[in-house]
Amino acid sequence: MGRKIGQVLAMFIVLAGIGMILGCGAKPEQEVRLGVNAELTGSKPTVGDSCKKAMELLAEQINQQGGLKVGERRLPLRLYIEDNEDKAESAAAAAQKLISQNNVLAIIGPNASGNAIPAARICEDSSVIMISPWSTNPKTTEGKKQVFRACFIDDFQGQVMAKFARQHLKADTAAVLYDVASEYNKGIAEYFKQFFEADGGKVVAFTSYTTGDKDFSSQLTTIKAAAPQVLFLPNYYNEVPLQVRQARHQGLTCAIIGSDSWGSQELLTLGGADLEGSYFSTHYAPDIATPKAQEFIKAYEAKYGKKPDDVAALTYDAGQLLCQAITRAGVLDRVKVRDTLAQITEFEGVTGKMTFKGGGDPVKSAVILLIQNGQFKYFASVQP
Amino acid sequence: MLLYHQMALALQYLLNALQLGSVYALIALGYSMVYGILTMINFAHGDIFMVGAYLAMWASLFLLGLPGQLPTVVIFLGSLLFTMTLTACLGVSIERLAYRPLRQAPKVSAVITALGVGLFLENFTLATIGPEPRQVPAIFPVQQYSWGGVAFTNVQVFILLVALFLMILLDFLVRRTLTGMAMRAVSSNRVVVPLMGVPVDRIISLTFAIGSAIAGAGGLLYGLAYPVLDPYMGIRIGWWAFIAAVVGGIGNIRGAVLGGYVLGAVEIFTPVLLASSTYRDSVAFSLLLILLIFKPTGLLGRPTVEKV
Repeated sequence: MGRKIGQVLAMFIVLAGIGMILGCGAKPEQEVRLGVNAELTGSKPTVGDSCKKAMELLAEQINQQGGLKVGERRLPLRLYIEDNEDKAESAAAAAQKLISQNNVLAIIGPNASGNAIPAARICEDSSVIMISPWSTNPKTTEGKKQVFRACFIDDFQGQVMAKFARQHLKADTAAVLYDVASEYNKGIAEYFKQFFEADGGKVVAFTSYTTGDKDFSSQLTTIKAAAPQVLFLPNYYNEVPLQVRQARHQGLTCAIIGSDSWGSQELLTLGGADLEGSYFSTHYAPDIATPKAQEFIKAYEAKYGKKPDDVAALTYDAGQLLCQAITRAGVLDRVKVRDTLAQITEFEGVTGKMTFKGGGDPVKSAVILLIQNGQFKYFASVQP
Repeated sequence: MLLYHQMALALQYLLNALQLGSVYALIALGYSMVYGILTMINFAHGDIFMVGAYLAMWASLFLLGLPGQLPTVVIFLGSLLFTMTLTACLGVSIERLAYRPLRQAPKVSAVITALGVGLFLENFTLATIGPEPRQVPAIFPVQQYSWGGVAFTNVQVFILLVALFLMILLDFLVRRTLTGMAMRAVSSNRVVVPLMGVPVDRIISLTFAIGSAIAGAGGLLYGLAYPVLDPYMGIRIGWWAFIAAVVGGIGNIRGAVLGGYVLGAVEIFTPVLLASSTYRDSVAFSLLLILLIFKPTGLLGRPTVEKV
């Protein structure tokens, strides 16, 4: 008797399972499912937070208009947000989960290159579109069909800062301190060195540390002994304040410059007065915002009560770019959307005009910001 | 002239090593004391240090925010007392709740529990305070000095002195007081000593209290030198302090201090000698391996005979 009940139960479970699979398959496409793979915890939580907030803002705006236009219909946008803990392996796992469990059409993120590169591999292998808002390392999109980004890449950025150091700061000698364990930092440090030396300068100290280090006094003493005219710190906003502080305490008085990983308000809260007079390259400057950017800044401020940083702006651009491709493709089909996305050559975003010349990397300009009176100030624009 | 320049540079590195070594030494003490008394490695110790750094941040923020400027000494001592008291309570509670029930269990259980407690502290901090890095306020303004090409700050000197004072105080406590004698007695034989009327449980609690309080003080000093805190900061420093304790001879208090300074020197001098800090962690851990091959008990540890 007991066995019979067991058999009946087992039958039920199997049938229910089949029913569920069929049910899912037969369900019409009611919504546009997008994944967000963001650094919500770990060492750069502000990055993940901005990415999540910008996507939520975009989804809210689109859903208020009745949804995203796909063919004849308007479908609501639904976000699946995953935390990648700012770890390479978790970023890959998050991408995997978004694809296999949530069956998303495309993924926005990860942002940091160290996370974006492994996640990009997963997306490429599963033929799912991925757009990284903030990953500037060339390896993210290299040799991939499915992976795009909304930002410039590091060889351009390295060149911008090398040129800036040579021409504006009139530096003949430079020193670099970078995180050797992080793809982004390592990549841009090497590009900077290459372009600075090609431009006739000399890199007198090229020193590294490992993610999570808090004491840089040893490297900075070595740098001080080499007496550079400029110090380049292509590191993330949570580490730069300690580096600058220790550099000043070691008696280094030279100019300090950085890259787009500086562009978070956290940098100013953590760094304070030590950062005054430093320059860094980034994606956009709120003080020279175009009407489109102003609209975004206003909406973001109204919703969250703070100014959007560059990650938020780039995420918003990545999201809009994707939505445009979906609308143009007219169907929720990964292959068709990818092909449409690859055909978009010009896109006017919050962070300026992007031109895609085949491949996933846009050509766009960079801005250089100056830290003055505890604020980011627009200093110059550099065209590619 | 060149020689003089080189000497100044070497002195600069040495000073940096001393500052870092002081923090490692303070944390290594806790590892060593607990091991000495329980032959157990308290892997949650690095996270107690992290909690201490956060507590110190709040205490100094509160005291700095009070109306009417308090004297710097009051702010510092107030923060220090608050931090040390609360981390001591934390250490005692952890021992009471997590380790004491396992005292008769195999040692592996206690070590795994300690790792679990460490993860709990990290994730509890992450969940309640959030992952954003926090800035520690400056208790006193930083003054920079330069003396013969060697740059240093009042914060550095202050850290060195306070750490040294705490270490001497602890050494005195363990070697010259009755409580210290009881601690040493419990660590040398946990079976016979209770028969002589020594309250073993209370001595163990006290050891945890002192070890954690010193880690808390370490957290405060660390925050002064490296004023950016995050919930994971205890992991790396905890590991380095643990190696320091083993290098010095785990269970030996003076050994822990020595090990702390040795590790500080390894961290500072490896990038100098190898012209890259990529190999720094490998050097530290290789040092540990080599030392353990030739001197399994550490620099100052004494070999013990396993009693049957």
